[in-house]
Amino acid sequence: MSEGIGARVTRKEDKRFITGHGRYTDDIVEQNQTYAAFVRSPHAHAEILSIDRDAAKAMPGVIDVLDGKQLTGDGIGNIICGWTVNSKDGTPMAMGAWSALATQYVRYVGDAVVIVVAETQDQAREAAEAVVIDYKELPAVVSAVEALQDGAPQLHPEAPNNQIFDWEIGDEAPTDEAIAGAAHVVEMDFTNNRLSPNPMEPRSAIATYNAIEEHYTLYTTSQNPHVARLILSAFYQVAPEHKLRVIAPDVGGGFGSKIYVYPEEIACLWASMKTNGSVKWTSDRTEAFLTDAHGRDHVSTAKIGFDKDYKIVGLKVDTIANLGAYMSLFSSATPTYLYATLLSGQYNIANIHANVCTVYTNTVPVDAYRGAGRPEASFLIERLIETSARQLGISPVELRRKNFVTEFPHQTPVIMAYDTGDFEAHLSDAMKAADWDGIAARKAEAESRGKLRGIGMSCYIEACGIAPSAAVGSLGAGVGLWESAEVRVNPVGTIEILTGSHSHGQGHETTFAQLVCDRFGLPIDNVQVIHGDTDKVQFGMGTYGSRSGAVGMSAIAKALDKVEAKAKKIAAHLMEADEGDIVIENGEVKVAGTDKVLGWHEVCLAAYMAHNLPEGMEPGLKEGAFYDPANFTFPSGTYICEVEVDPETGTTDIVQFTAVDDFGVIINPMIVEGQVHGGLAQGIGQAMLEHAIYDDNGQLLTASYMDYCMPRADNLPSFTIGHTTTACPSNPLGIKGCGEAGAIGSPPAIINAITDAIGNNNLSMPATPQKVWAAYNAASTKQAAE
Amino acid sequence: MYETKYHKAGSLDNATSLMGSADDGKYLGGGMTLIPTMKQRLAAPSDLVDLGGIADLQGISTDGSTLTIGAGVTHAEVAGSSDVQGAIPALAALASHIGDPHVRNCGTLGGSIANNDPAADYPAAVLALGATIKTNSREITAGDFFNGMFETSLSDDEIIVSVSFPIPEKAGYAKFPNPASRYAMAGVFAASTSDGPRVAVTGAGQDGVYREDAMEAALSADWSPAAASGVDVSADDLMSDIHGTSDYRANLVKVMAGRAVEAAG
Amino acid sequence: MTTINMTVNGKAVSGEVEDRTLLVEFIREGLRLTGTHVGCDTSQCGACVVHVDGKAIKSCTMLAVQADGTNVVTIEGLANGADLHPVQAAFKENHGLQCGFCTPGMIMSAADMIERYDGKLDEATIRAELEGNICRCTGYHNIVKSIQAAADEMSKSA
Repeated sequence: MSEGIGARVTRKEDKRFITGHGRYTDDIVEQNQTYAAFVRSPHAHAEILSIDRDAAKAMPGVIDVLDGKQLTGDGIGNIICGWTVNSKDGTPMAMGAWSALATQYVRYVGDAVVIVVAETQDQAREAAEAVVIDYKELPAVVSAVEALQDGAPQLHPEAPNNQIFDWEIGDEAPTDEAIAGAAHVVEMDFTNNRLSPNPMEPRSAIATYNAIEEHYTLYTTSQNPHVARLILSAFYQVAPEHKLRVIAPDVGGGFGSKIYVYPEEIACLWASMKTNGSVKWTSDRTEAFLTDAHGRDHVSTAKIGFDKDYKIVGLKVDTIANLGAYMSLFSSATPTYLYATLLSGQYNIANIHANVCTVYTNTVPVDAYRGAGRPEASFLIERLIETSARQLGISPVELRRKNFVTEFPHQTPVIMAYDTGDFEAHLSDAMKAADWDGIAARKAEAESRGKLRGIGMSCYIEACGIAPSAAVGSLGAGVGLWESAEVRVNPVGTIEILTGSHSHGQGHETTFAQLVCDRFGLPIDNVQVIHGDTDKVQFGMGTYGSRSGAVGMSAIAKALDKVEAKAKKIAAHLMEADEGDIVIENGEVKVAGTDKVLGWHEVCLAAYMAHNLPEGMEPGLKEGAFYDPANFTFPSGTYICEVEVDPETGTTDIVQFTAVDDFGVIINPMIVEGQVHGGLAQGIGQAMLEHAIYDDNGQLLTASYMDYCMPRADNLPSFTIGHTTTACPSNPLGIKGCGEAGAIGSPPAIINAITDAIGNNNLSMPATPQKVWAAYNAASTKQAAE
Repeated sequence: MYETKYHKAGSLDNATSLMGSADDGKYLGGGMTLIPTMKQRLAAPSDLVDLGGIADLQGISTDGSTLTIGAGVTHAEVAGSSDVQGAIPALAALASHIGDPHVRNCGTLGGSIANNDPAADYPAAVLALGATIKTNSREITAGDFFNGMFETSLSDDEIIVSVSFPIPEKAGYAKFPNPASRYAMAGVFAASTSDGPRVAVTGAGQDGVYREDAMEAALSADWSPAAASGVDVSADDLMSDIHGTSDYRANLVKVMAGRAVEAAG
Repeated sequence: MTTINMTVNGKAVSGEVEDRTLLVEFIREGLRLTGTHVGCDTSQCGACVVHVDGKAIKSCTMLAVQADGTNVVTIEGLANGADLHPVQAAFKENHGLQCGFCTPGMIMSAADMIERYDGKLDEATIRAELEGNICRCTGYHNIVKSIQAAADEMSKSA
């Protein structure tokens, strides 16, 4: 069937988006809608001495002006981090208090202090300007390294020296010993630049309180509405779960930043109760820069040792991770279990030790952003391998090949057990597609035009579908990481899939329907995918960490198993055949080897008519499943970037970008390619364009697109995409996941290429024209001096 | 945006009288800078007097030695005008790279130079070509018009009517855009005019657009890209920010100057 | 409050607006045509692009009163009844969208671009012309492909 697994089917959801009929949160207006504006701290660090709300309250259209003391007074709880990570000495992480509205101290520019509710948005904003807050400014610190130093400004009494935890993974002594005895040792420093996620749809929330029912409804831009409801209920005490409906309608991109429950949703829900109405807030882009959780921001040093045959004997990493002013929901897991566990890369390394110290600073919280920890790991290992090859005078390809893991399963010293892969396969495919061997001629041709060409690769591995629940629970996770699905077959044979996954661009309405098509041979138009509404869908975990394929679709597959089994029983009964002989294909239910056949809809109708069912069988055809994976999945790939640098200005053009990935089984190649394209653009953004910069006073200098450089069409090439396949053995569909690979694998390939072009390996991200120009000139000056 | 009162002026006299009766009014050209500034609540004019309906501000004409462009002509119209392309192709090329297509459909020549953003493109052309700015009350030479960042010699109620550009023998413009905003980080307009070579730089100087005298001297001796880019440019008076240090901008000025001369031919 | 009249997607509409009301606010809140989006505050992202008197403009950077008397086309008015505009069809066919938020602006810019270039577009031109439209999902690869396909299709049928 042409719409099943592996088919390049165009998307069912597109029609509403291309005609302007998508329904995003800000498109919705409730009856008697009121609007919220937040008064935010203009200071990076200050004590709140007083808040005067009177003038604001008296302004036209203002319904109420509410502050943090009222919020905490009403029992609204502090915002929590949902993953406990202990320091290596066993001390629990030092979580500072984070109230949705600050009560005593503000700790970053943009920290919410007061919520104003008014009849119009302009009235709310004007009244917000009339709130008078007296602050006592305190010294601020924005760099994690500086925040750890003696005498640094202190953010939270719970966290002396601003340290949240000092964590380690792997065995230190054997690693030190291996490196001490190594024939070659290479050391390197790294900065992984801070990024702002920037989904194009800004965050938005509409909270509506029904006083009669004591019930709340929240429309919000969430990647995981059920998790949001759970947290809002259990930790923030907004309302019990059964009195709170959370709906994430069409959501315009997330990239991690919409996983978390932010202060604004909490405050809007609470304000809807206080004002007995419906309160709407939509972020503008400046607020998004100031308050959406940022990503990355690591400073690391690494040391790698090789034996005389260039086999890696040990890797030692020391990382300081900036978590911002408060601990966001998964902030503790991102620089630990999602980062250091991937430091083995595609390589067989017997000894690895990593130390990660997480730190408070006067900046917006940092949490998972597309890739979440794995881009930091792949940048470190792939830059380190490349640098080692350059320093040791060996081909970077050979050095990688010598150290590839070739036998599976492979247990790394940092928790992960790689289940399958074929690293040589995507390496050789990518080298062929990129004409790696022909680079010398292309360099010479570029030189004749006064340009510098360079080529670089990265061989990444990452982990998706984080699981199983019991294992992540033992590592500190506050949730299980399974997924749920329900398959509801209607009496006429059409099907509804209710999924705990959430689509905000990933095309679930199409790919999930393809599973049904593959199973029963029904057209995907006969399938409706329902998600994002806690009133409609059973509890689910949502979409992040490239989990909707490996985990979400596996749950659907399991529910389909049950539906199929029951349908076969009914069909066998109706056709007086053996259940084992029933085959369902092309929308028909057949008895194999005979001409006996029923239409799929006839079997479904029979299930609901219940006039003639097998003895003891319940009527109906609806099955649910919860799927908890047995292991992570391990997508891997080889990315090759070729650049051309203008030495006069440092401008770098990517002339070719080749990505060959092993995502296991692919449901819809068109959608998978789209995910890779988007990930690559964000990786290129990190490598060359994007940087969230605070000045020393904690003011965000890059708070609009005038200063934060978003990748645009003319910054990017068309991409060359390829796939190799080793099916994932741990889930029923063989899927590994594809959502983040592009952002994980690309930055090191790009920096490896640019440094190859300019002949200077010392280049930090983002490699802006200015930095490339300066690095090139430093290299040529050095060369001239020699 | 704060409250404001909008007026659409039908004529220059109508516009000045509307402005005269406003508390703290501002003229609205294409709005490409003013409206975003108001949206961010950084400007709060009591009144906006829209110049978009004034016929006197429209039109492009040439008399063989001078090209005159109405202040209300959009960047897209300048870029697409065969008169401009024929008389001063560098000016059409410059206009075709201001902002993005949507900005070019709204933004106007008059609005751009009245705002005198230090990173705007038009001021470089106006200054390098020695253009004359005609207002509703007088004519101002380019050299007297720009007074440092965001400052011009216009009085508050004065309206630019048109800009007359002497047609040069040849001219070229090269811009290095800020990677984020796409405004000029260094934009150089080089012209070979009857008064000799004139070179103006935008985007780099701390005081906005300026003439690069040393380059003009070098080009009068030898009109070549190498002569322009070979001039030493001091970083002292250049801007320095997160996108580029003054040293880097000094380098860009040299490189863009060479490319502008190359484009001029 | 000021009364404004304009034609939107072929229909005469009128409304009472404050002078500070942006065209995009009038379209979204006044007319409840929510396909036109707002993605930034600095007139850069292009999610709000509509056509005013045949020209693509950013409706977040024009006052509603400025558009008094004009003919406005939004994403909702681009298709001819049930028949998708070729650019819309090409975006679907070539997977030129993911989350869909930038898509209306992209499509309105693309339709304008194809018209201005009379369908004669190459990849470099398309990428340069997209300077005023930001997408965070697609890496632009399939947007460029979609616009190229629509341009080819439209010049073939012209």
